Amino acid sequence: MLSVRNLQSAYGASQVLFDVGLDIGEGEVVTLLGRNGMGKTTTVRSLMGLLAPKGGEISFDGRALKGSTPEAIARCGIGLVPEGRQVFPTLTVRENLVATAANRLGRSSPWTLERVYALFPRLQERAGQSARTLSGGEQQMLAVGRALMTNPKLLILDEATEGLAPVIRAEIWRCIEALKAQGQSILLIDKNIAVLKRLADRHYIIEKGRTVWSGSSSDLAANAELVHRYVGV
Amino acid sequence: MSEDAITHTGPNTPSASRALMLLALALCLVALPFLVQALGQPALVPLATRVLIYAIAAASLNLALGFGGMVSFGHAAFFGVGGYVVGILYRNYVDDSLFLGLIPGTSQLLITLPAAILVGGLLALLIGALSLRTSGVQFIMITLAFAQMLFFLFVSLKAYGGDDGMTIRRRNELFGLNTRDDITFYFICLAIAALVFLALWRIVGSRFGMVLAGIHQNERRMAAIGIAPYRYKLAAFVISGMGTGLAGALMANYLRFVSPDMLHWTKSGELMIMVILGGVGTLLGPLFGAAALVILETVLTSWTEHWQLILGPILLLVVLFTQGGLNGLFSRLGLGRSER
Repeated sequence: MLSVRNLQSAYGASQVLFDVGLDIGEGEVVTLLGRNGMGKTTTVRSLMGLLAPKGGEISFDGRALKGSTPEAIARCGIGLVPEGRQVFPTLTVRENLVATAANRLGRSSPWTLERVYALFPRLQERAGQSARTLSGGEQQMLAVGRALMTNPKLLILDEATEGLAPVIRAEIWRCIEALKAQGQSILLIDKNIAVLKRLADRHYIIEKGRTVWSGSSSDLAANAELVHRYVGV
Repeated sequence: MSEDAITHTGPNTPSASRALMLLALALCLVALPFLVQALGQPALVPLATRVLIYAIAAASLNLALGFGGMVSFGHAAFFGVGGYVVGILYRNYVDDSLFLGLIPGTSQLLITLPAAILVGGLLALLIGALSLRTSGVQFIMITLAFAQMLFFLFVSLKAYGGDDGMTIRRRNELFGLNTRDDITFYFICLAIAALVFLALWRIVGSRFGMVLAGIHQNERRMAAIGIAPYRYKLAAFVISGMGTGLAGALMANYLRFVSPDMLHWTKSGELMIMVILGGVGTLLGPLFGAAALVILETVLTSWTEHWQLILGPILLLVVLFTQGGLNGLFSRLGLGRSER
C-alpha cells in the first residue's frame, strides 16, 4: 500500500534522511524504531508533505506522493496523529472530531462519533469541553479520534504514548490493538519495544537517516542484541 | 444519548442567561425608537441606525479577522463599493440609462441590496484570491493596497462625482414603505442586521466555522488532516466581503450620499477598531464595538474637534484591561457568557 524508497530529506542545508525505505501492506501494523534524532519524525513529515523531500520515491496505492501538498496527501487516505498531540484548543472535543470528518475513500462502514466514543468513552464524557481543558492522555485520544474520523487507509501515530501515565498508555495500546483487529493499517513510532513486539507485524530501524534493519517481530526478538545496539540507550 | 451529545454540546448553544441577555438586547433594539421619541430625542434614531449598519460591516469583517485570522485592512473597499452599487443604480434609474450599456438602473431595495452583496462578494473573491497567497503583514498591506486602488479609481471617476461623490435624491423603495421616515428605515436596518447576525451565528457554529477556527489556530495542522486552508479562507473572506458590501449599500441609503470617503483606508481602520473594541472573534462584539465607537464619536465631537485625542486612550484602555473587548467585559460583569 505504502512504499518508500531511498527517501532523502533535509532541513535547509543539513540533510537528515539519506536513505530511508519502508513498505506497509494492507492491514499491517508496522513500526519505525530508532533513537531520538535519527530521523523518525522527519520521515513522517516527509511522507505527509510537511517537509519537501530532496529525493527518493513515495508511492501510496500506486500514486506517487512526492511533491504533493500535505492536504492532497492526507486526502489520499493517510491520517496523521502528530507528535505532541496538536488538537485545536479553542474547539470543543466534539468539534475537533466533527470539523474535519470525512469519508473520502467512500468506506462502507465509516467512523462516526458513536464509534469514536465507543473506542474512547472518556471523549464522550468530555464532548462539550474545550480541548484545552483535557489532560495529555485525553488530548492524545482526541488526536487519534480526529484522525480516525477522516477514515484513513493508513494511520500514522508519531510518539503517541510519549509522556503519558502508564495507565493511559495502556489504554492507548488497547485501542491500537482494537484498530488492528479491525484491519486498520498503522505506522507506529514509539520507543516501547516490549509492547511493539507484541502489537506490530514488522519493524524498521532507522539510524542516522538510513533504514539499517527490518524484520518481523520474531526476528526482532531473535536479534535482541543488534536491536539493543541501535535502539537501546 | 449520543444523539443528545451531538445536538446539545455546541458552544453556541446559548446558556439560559445568555439567551435572556439576547432577548433583552433584541427587546431594547425594537423598543428603542419609541423610547427615544417618548424621551423627546428623536435624533437618536438615525444614530442607532448608523450603529446597526456599522455593526453589520464590523461583524462581517470579524468573520475574516476574528474567526479566520485574516487581518484585512481593506474592508472599506467592499463597504464603499456596496455604496456605489446603490448610487450608480440610482443614477441609471433616474437617467433611464443602462450601466455599461447592459444593466438597467433601479431604486428597489430588494434589488440594490442583493446587487451590493453580489458585487461585494465578487470583489472579495478577486482581492482574496490574490491576497490570501500571502499572510501576516503582507496580507494586511496587500488588502490595504487593493482598497486604496479602488479609492483612487472612484476619485478619478468624474462620471460618478469623483472626489465629491454623488447624492442619491431618494432612499431606495421597499414594499411602498416610506423609507424616508427614520423609524421605518431603522426597522429595515434592524431586520437586516438580525438576519446577518443570525447567518454569522450559523456559519460560526457550522463545520465550516470549526474548520476556519482550526485554520486560524494552525494552518499546517489542518492541511495535515486533509483540509486545503486556502479555499476555506477564501470562502470566509468572500462571505465577509458580501456582508460588508451589504452594509455599504445600507449606508449609502442612510446618508443618501456616496463618496470615495467610504472607500478610504480610515474607514477600514474604523471597522477594525469596532471589532477590537467590541471583542475580536466574538459574535456580538462587533455590535457593541460599533455602538461604542459611533456613540463616542458623536459625544466627543460635540465637545471638541480633536475628538480622536480622547478616543485613542479609551481604545488603549479597552484593549489593555478588558481582555476581549467590551464583549469580554460584559461577560465578566455577569451579563451572560458569550465566549464566541
